[in-house]
Amino acid sequence: MYEIIEKQVLSENVKLMKVKAPLMAKKAQAGQFIILRIDEKGERIPLTIADYDRKKGTITIIFMEVGKTTKQLGTMKKGDMILNFAGPLGTPSEVENFGNAVMIGGGVGIAPLYPIVRALKQAGNHVISILGVRNKDLLILEKEIDEFSDKLYIATDDGSKGHKGFVSDVLQKLIDDGEKIDIVWAIGPIIMMKVVANLTKKYDIKTIVSLNPIMVDGTGMCGGCRVSVGGETKFACVDGPEFDGHLVDYDNLMLRNRRFICEEEKACKLAGE
Amino acid sequence: MAVKKTKHEMPEQKPKDRIKNFNEVPYGYDEKTAIEEAKRCLQCKNRPCVDGCPVEIDIPDFIKQIAEGNIDKAVEVLKSKTSLPAVCGRVCPYENQCEGECTLLKIGEPVAIGRLERFLADYERDKGMKIPKKTRPTGKKVAIVGSGPAGLTCAGDLAKMGHKVTVFEALHAPGGVLMYGIPEFRLPKAIVNAEVDYIKQLGVDVKYDVVVGKTITVEELLEEYDAAFIGTGAGLPRWLGIPGENLDGVYSANEFLTRVNMMKAYQFPEYDTPVKIGKIVATFGAGNVAMDCARTSLRLGAEKSYIIYRRSEKEMPARNEEIHHAEEEGVIFKLLTNPVKFTGDEKGILKEVECLKMELGEPDESGRRRPIPIEGSNFKIKIDTALVAIGQSPNPLIPATVKGLKIGKWGNIETDEEGRTNIPGIFAGGDIATGAATVILAMGAGKKAARAIDQYLK
Ligand SMILES: Cc1cc2nc3c(=O)[nH]c(=O)nc-3n(C[C@H](O)[C@H](O)[C@H](O)COP(=O)(O)OP(=O)(O)OC[C@H]3O[C@@H](n4cnc5c(N)ncnc54)[C@H](O)[C@@H]3O)c2cc1C
Ligand code: FES
Repeated sequence: MYEIIEKQVLSENVKLMKVKAPLMAKKAQAGQFIILRIDEKGERIPLTIADYDRKKGTITIIFMEVGKTTKQLGTMKKGDMILNFAGPLGTPSEVENFGNAVMIGGGVGIAPLYPIVRALKQAGNHVISILGVRNKDLLILEKEIDEFSDKLYIATDDGSKGHKGFVSDVLQKLIDDGEKIDIVWAIGPIIMMKVVANLTKKYDIKTIVSLNPIMVDGTGMCGGCRVSVGGETKFACVDGPEFDGHLVDYDNLMLRNRRFICEEEKACKLAGE
Repeated sequence: MAVKKTKHEMPEQKPKDRIKNFNEVPYGYDEKTAIEEAKRCLQCKNRPCVDGCPVEIDIPDFIKQIAEGNIDKAVEVLKSKTSLPAVCGRVCPYENQCEGECTLLKIGEPVAIGRLERFLADYERDKGMKIPKKTRPTGKKVAIVGSGPAGLTCAGDLAKMGHKVTVFEALHAPGGVLMYGIPEFRLPKAIVNAEVDYIKQLGVDVKYDVVVGKTITVEELLEEYDAAFIGTGAGLPRWLGIPGENLDGVYSANEFLTRVNMMKAYQFPEYDTPVKIGKIVATFGAGNVAMDCARTSLRLGAEKSYIIYRRSEKEMPARNEEIHHAEEEGVIFKLLTNPVKFTGDEKGILKEVECLKMELGEPDESGRRRPIPIEGSNFKIKIDTALVAIGQSPNPLIPATVKGLKIGKWGNIETDEEGRTNIPGIFAGGDIATGAATVILAMGAGKKAARAIDQYLK
């Protein structure tokens, strides 16, 4: 059992929780994730590690309430117990001094981006961050990311803050303005990662994306999380979740992520009744 | 009096009823039938059946006790060599082991050793299991990685020797394949839990959610423990490697069975994990795993369930009983058939599999006749779901994270006969060492390793 020792509401349906899991906190690194199961009848869902505190023995998760499990998790309070919490899983981000790093986060994808931004800054990179959300109320971790960024840009769909439009517009502008970019990280909706990767491919800028396929065990046993990367089948839970953005088959990932959409709707409807 | 030539029948659910539920198929012997069956045993002096048993259970001895009506004594004899009899009594390939050596085969069917083992285990569980007396603690600590049959057996034996044992399991439930792979209708999960409880009562501590190699490394475990046993199994699914394998509708056997068994997707939406199954399901492969997939599909409501296998009936690796049960339940066997391509609709949802007819050629390195495609024999089958059950490889996580550990050419951990790896203090056994094999071999390996660890600790 793993205790929720802090809970914050970041935006209408985005919540942050700090969970007591000392063994996992000791090992956690940027780019990794955990798998949790709320209770005996629960499913196992992966959530990327948004932060960790080795001294206090906590892992921070930030999640958007989209399905049955995240909605149920959202109702849990400080002091409540999560039945299972396994990790850290996946391969950590490759952190080194690349030079000039552009860090792009979309929606709740901003959460897993944060520890990577911090790690890259601490490794000596010049860091430019671009955060994209639908409207300004949905923006999370702005202050935290700003602290480790040399420059921070915001893009909103409705123009309520920063640039009106997409993160890829901001990236395009940086490129057009002659910014020399050594590496790009893009974490967010699949479509966003696809658009960013298509753009950087034109300019031959190395791009890392973090994928979020449906998972079960998270240990490489079931292959439910498989993604096609450069024509090869990879298991996101062990080989990833980060991959070379130019090699990922995004369309197949979108298709595989819709596998249980009807069942999910049914479960949500029943839970709502 | 002449010996009855055939085994006493074991009553079971009728095929047309059982494909509508997940309850166990056979009901098991009652005491009277068990005694009658035990009386068929000739009590051979040379005990060929014992040679056929990987854990050397004193088979004629427990059978003798049953025949004389001393059921409690029979349980004792059985339990002295195995701590998971209720499991083995259900899933062991007896026909290749003890029963395959039985002298009665000369005149008819062997003694139903498997059914008798199952009877004893169930009898004991119903009565409440007796916990053996605690041995004096040795003060030594052993870490076991993985709670499959290899890890559990090793843990149980070491605890009986007085060592302090902790099992580290990556998942949220114990049992390995017994829990996530083998379906409820063949091995009820309550039985696995009861066997695990027994091992816990011996003093073994089980910690879940610990992915060794990620949460903690084997080297770190060895800072706190005097020895480690690795029993992480062969969990890495193999693929057909044909186009369309990533379409919506294609599952590995592991994903499908884990969803249904461990996550209880057959009780969705009461349980949160879903599984989607169409009207027509094709399972590729013909081992126990494939039979489990094909039979599970029927229970989830599939109208047609195919087994598609590239060799012939004779080469099918599944236990006889599994094939027999699958046939009874209406599974359709398409043998000498090899898939070459999956195709989907415009949304990427699986619709069809294209296959080739095969014929058998010369024997290959496995000794089985090699299947050869018949050119131009392509044909298509409409399917909604494909389950790939063509085997598993050893889990790569531990082999990849323990520095200097000697790895074999299949990605398995190399050990000697007793489970010693090339690193002192690290032992391994079960599917991680042998590649996907059987429950009883995994238990045998756990047992031998426990002895070797005990020696190492002295
Ligand atoms: C569907 C199916 C049906 C089968 N039917 C039969 C049958 O009828 N008869 C028969 O004899 N055999 C059968 N088998 C084979 C048999 O189940 C296996 O040979 C046996 O379970 C192997 O035992 P094991 O202890 O080596 O590994 P496993 O049972 O695979 O257990 C390994 C355990 O280690 C855990 N683990 C893995 N990595 C880590 C890690 N890094 N850290 C911590 N824990 C970890 C896993 O989660 C798992 O719980 C079947 C297998 C399957 C899949
Ligand atoms: S989640 Fe099962 S293999 Fe990745």
